Amino acid sequence: MANRLFKISRAPLWPGISAAMLVAVLIFGTLAAVLWRAKGFSALGPFDLAALRFTLWQALLSALLSVLLAVPVARALARRQFPGRAALLALMGAPFILPVIVAVLGLLAVFGRKGVFSVALGWIGFDPVQIYGLHGVLLAHVFFNLPLAVRLILQGWLSIPSERFRLAASLGFSPRDMRHLLEYPMLRGVLPGVFTVIFIICLTSFTVVLALGGGPKATTVELAIYQAFRFDFDLGRAALLSLMQFGVGAAAALLALWIAVPGGFGAGLDRAVERWDGRGGLAKLMDAGWIIAAAGFLLLPLLMIALRGVPGLALLPASIWAAALRSLWLALVSVALSMGLALALAIAVQNLRRRWARGMVEGLGYLTIAASPLVMGTGLFLMIFPFANPVALALPVTGLVNALMSLPFVLRALVPALNDIESRYGALADSLGLTGWARLRWLYLPRLRRPLGFAAGLSAALSMGDLGVITLFADPGAATLPLQLFRLMAAYQMQAAAGAALLLLALSLALFWIFDRGGRIDADT
Amino acid sequence: MLILEGLEVQQDAFVLRADLSVAPGSRVAIIGASGAGKSTLLAALAGFLPVRGSIRWQGQEISGLSPAERPGAVVFQDNNLFPHLTAFQNVAMGLRASLRLSAAEHQQVEDSLTRVGLVGMGARKPGQLSGGQQSRVTLARMLLQRKPLVLLDEPFAALGPAMRAEMLDLVAALCRANGSTALMVSHDPTDARRFADQVIWVDAGVVHAPVATDALFNAPPPALAAYLGQQS
Repeated sequence: MANRLFKISRAPLWPGISAAMLVAVLIFGTLAAVLWRAKGFSALGPFDLAALRFTLWQALLSALLSVLLAVPVARALARRQFPGRAALLALMGAPFILPVIVAVLGLLAVFGRKGVFSVALGWIGFDPVQIYGLHGVLLAHVFFNLPLAVRLILQGWLSIPSERFRLAASLGFSPRDMRHLLEYPMLRGVLPGVFTVIFIICLTSFTVVLALGGGPKATTVELAIYQAFRFDFDLGRAALLSLMQFGVGAAAALLALWIAVPGGFGAGLDRAVERWDGRGGLAKLMDAGWIIAAAGFLLLPLLMIALRGVPGLALLPASIWAAALRSLWLALVSVALSMGLALALAIAVQNLRRRWARGMVEGLGYLTIAASPLVMGTGLFLMIFPFANPVALALPVTGLVNALMSLPFVLRALVPALNDIESRYGALADSLGLTGWARLRWLYLPRLRRPLGFAAGLSAALSMGDLGVITLFADPGAATLPLQLFRLMAAYQMQAAAGAALLLLALSLALFWIFDRGGRIDADT
Repeated sequence: MLILEGLEVQQDAFVLRADLSVAPGSRVAIIGASGAGKSTLLAALAGFLPVRGSIRWQGQEISGLSPAERPGAVVFQDNNLFPHLTAFQNVAMGLRASLRLSAAEHQQVEDSLTRVGLVGMGARKPGQLSGGQQSRVTLARMLLQRKPLVLLDEPFAALGPAMRAEMLDLVAALCRANGSTALMVSHDPTDARRFADQVIWVDAGVVHAPVATDALFNAPPPALAAYLGQQS
């Protein structure tokens, strides 16, 4: 490639290499700290094996269900144009920045024992939905990942050139020909990647299982780490479980490297493919049914949060407001950290001369998707313990881990954008001698504004809504808003919880909106 | 004098070979069919491609230098300006990429904008300028780079014929005034006749030595005649 010809330093590489080292320490160092402190493993109990089995099983089912349900929804969205389609697609992007605990509360309000759906089932003589245990975990995971799957599969559908559909129409393809010649080949290419992404996301899912799972039948490895650490302070078991979780995560990450994982967040979904099949009444009815069902499944829980939350807002204790402020700070710190790390990593990935070095830096950045925040939190706790009171450092640790957790998504936005900048303006910048920090200042940063804004919004919302590492420390003086919300739920103060959930939802969406908007406004294209 | 000796540029299976020299101060058009290697030749001279053999400018070997260290200023086909910077900043990049300018340098940038006829337009961004004005910004920057060689890769492709002719005349005038040597890739014989006193004909990976423009076009070798669509 043209830009790796001469030994000129296009942009500073040492920040990226340092960032990669920091990430490596946080992933592997924390694991080592847990192992070292454990002084040997406890024996593998039947409970631990059950946790491993459940982790894999629920991730498998969640991914399978999400993908299977997403196919007809994506197909309907791909071939129907209707008012509100753009809004529905925007809504499909929302679960990603929706705090998990808020969604859980919304799902409880719909599918819980006293939820509207269960009550409706009661009228027609059915038992209410079993929300706790495997059912609830699957329900929540499908709620979060169905929209992701729909968007990714929709991208696949829209990537079929419209000429092919025209050709199919002029050749008089039957619906069966259409499926076999156009749709199945596309799905065969897209589905394995979508499945893998969702499988990985569900492997490290903690909050959903904390709220809806539990007990010997529905405990994941991640939840077992939390219990071993927090309730029993059994470091041997925590270490063993950490290793187990890491092994599973690393195996899944390798799987993802092997299967092409779809990228991007689906720009340009705002057109429907013009097709000449599916014009019959039944096909239209089926498509409408899928779209309405999917929209209802996503909207109803959010609607319940809003309906129940508004009266709850008045009941919020002062501690909630303090926690909200703390969470905001935490989100901002974690945005700064993740942006700094990701930018440094992305620049190194773009400009490192050796292929293996680029691969390693990028791989480390993406590996955090498989790493467990609880393992990291536990490790950091143990590393800090000899020097300071870890509880006092709960917030910085949480901010750092949150930043790391959003790293894969941020990198996914920045790395291709930077590559695009270099391919368009790299030669010009090289010929002008725009190198080092000046290249960052005058080329990268201004041109990265949009992806940076979007990624910062994502990272802020993720951190704002995170209920992971903070549960390990759980000092009342340093509780975040999601943690306080969880406590209200645990204390069955459901009205106040609904108010807090609405507040958390509003803050997360507002943070995302502000950052994303900040990147777009006045951006020169 | 620009001397290419045993120059070889390899891109996958394609190899471009050149052995020639270009006299200082001349304006040379590089023409040939698409895929013949004209842009490859220019990219190799500018330092964007690895080469074997030797490229010497005024006796100094330059094939090991980075693009910015080479004696050539480049005008690309497109993406010549950073759209997020103002015209002033884009021009100033030719002087100092860090954009940390002294008062005197600030004045130099203004002078350069004046020379290409863009007085008072420094604060505008490329998006607020017409295609012709954008080309002028590129030329103002080229002036400030103070490079003895000017490398133009099918420049002003986005402009209409009349505007392109005007820009070519402006480049020619600026080069004459500065005594620069100019090499311009083009697929349009009219542009070549207008701009260049010599022509380098590139055919299937072979770069022919420069020939006087009129002489070449009046009696083209068969391959060039075929390219130009003339019956021989």
